[in-house]
Amino acid sequence: MSVRSKVIEAIRQIAKEQNVVLPELSDDLSLHETGFDSLAFAILVARLEDDTGVDPFTISEDAAFPATVGDFVRAYENVPA
Amino acid sequence: MSPREIFALRDHLGAELKGRTISDAHDVVSLTGILSQTVLGGRLRELAGRSVLLKLSDQLRSGLAMIELDGIARRMLLCPPDLNPAHLDALIADAGIDAVVTDEPDSWANSSVPLVVTAQLPPEATAPAKTERATEWLMLTSGTSGVPKIVGHTLEALTGAIVAEGPARGPAPVWATFYDIRRYGGLQIFLRAILSGGSMVLSDPHEALGDHVARLKARGVSHISGTPSHWRKLLMSGSAAQFAPAYVRLSGEIADQAVLDGLKAAFPNASVGHAYASTEAGVGFAVNDGLEGFPADYLGNRNGVEMKVVDGSLRIRSTRTAHAYVGRGATALTDDDGFVDSGDIVELRGDRYYFVGRRGGIINIGGLKVHPEEIEAVINRHPDVRMSRAKSRRSPITGGIVVADVILAEAADPARTKEIRDQILERCRAQLAAHKVPAVIRFVEVLDVTPAGKLARADA
Repeated sequence: MSVRSKVIEAIRQIAKEQNVVLPELSDDLSLHETGFDSLAFAILVARLEDDTGVDPFTISEDAAFPATVGDFVRAYENVPA
Repeated sequence: MSPREIFALRDHLGAELKGRTISDAHDVVSLTGILSQTVLGGRLRELAGRSVLLKLSDQLRSGLAMIELDGIARRMLLCPPDLNPAHLDALIADAGIDAVVTDEPDSWANSSVPLVVTAQLPPEATAPAKTERATEWLMLTSGTSGVPKIVGHTLEALTGAIVAEGPARGPAPVWATFYDIRRYGGLQIFLRAILSGGSMVLSDPHEALGDHVARLKARGVSHISGTPSHWRKLLMSGSAAQFAPAYVRLSGEIADQAVLDGLKAAFPNASVGHAYASTEAGVGFAVNDGLEGFPADYLGNRNGVEMKVVDGSLRIRSTRTAHAYVGRGATALTDDDGFVDSGDIVELRGDRYYFVGRRGGIINIGGLKVHPEEIEAVINRHPDVRMSRAKSRRSPITGGIVVADVILAEAADPARTKEIRDQILERCRAQLAAHKVPAVIRFVEVLDVTPAGKLARADA
């Protein structure tokens, strides 16, 4: 499974658990518009860390938290192996 | 001499000693004639009036030495097996120790302790001793890092709950415990065996659980106690089927409904009870209605034990509490009114109080306080779960999130595992505030249990 599909699947799973109705997940959708609160994002980042072995937001101190879904996915895609 | 009569352990052993034993995995010692025997090489007189460190590698000699020393020594300090040797000097100084009873005399050859007495088996014949004083019993607190605190008890306080319950009905019980008898929970069971006219089967840390259970069965154990973690391990091992005790007791940790129900199912003919006790607060009460928590009307004064809830934590005043912390820098053990703050947080729901966790065990989730035990209680109620541990994990988003490690009752295939995970999360969402719902559930094979029999909580 590609990194992108892992991320998207995790977002959908958590949305289901949290009873969040997601809009269509396009790259330029702002994360704010996903309907996720900070707890949902914290869950997402924790699960992706277990799944992919990386937490891009802790590794890099200067990385700002992404603004859009596309930025979020790229944060995982661009982690050096 | 005090006008009150002083009872020591030997005085409780006067009546009927035939057919009674204390045993471990290697030896069986008959209590018949135990009062005219010695494990101290006949050197009890040398220990009279001394502050004695009981530092033995096994429980059997420890128990027999307690019987001899009580009423003769000024103090005895019981050392649990996992005591960090680096803390010994501080404890010796704080307790004013001037004698040691050991099975490793060589290691004490160059110590500052003036008197070293070797304990040995089998016991040898000696003249019976007479109780001459109320020996102070010193026990160590568990579960804290750093030097453990020394807690001072009397035999009268330690046996208060046992005496209050009166003698056991029916045949003399054969007691056993998964605890070490040099800890409060285990000592209670040892004292019960001595006072109740029964026998005692000791645990052995090197023995496999299946072998231990086989030994419990072979020795006819009827009454047995342990922590919920001990019991969950037994239920998971599959060894419980070979064993049919009449009385099963839990203490030392929160007994949640899942473990109570699990024990009732595994031992359908046993009465299952949970007791509330701690090294400092002594035995508070026992609950025998099969339900978790305790009835709200236990608060107030009941059987000489007064309980109240202040700032969410259970406070206890009774003649069974310890009387002081001992040593330099010892803090007060009770408040000005004589109440011990147990540090156990309770919550009133309906007409019952429920334990929600330890004050010191709170984890911080995004600025909100969470008791891991409260989450575990919900997870443990899932029928496929045997044991769980909730803890915090750092999060770059909220600072912290809850994660849970879960042991399943039986191994499941991946599809079933996913289903169980979803069901656990669903239950947690239905019963817990959003920030208490685990973000991640991990299925594990084992969870660490401390030498005191409690679930290891690294972040507590």
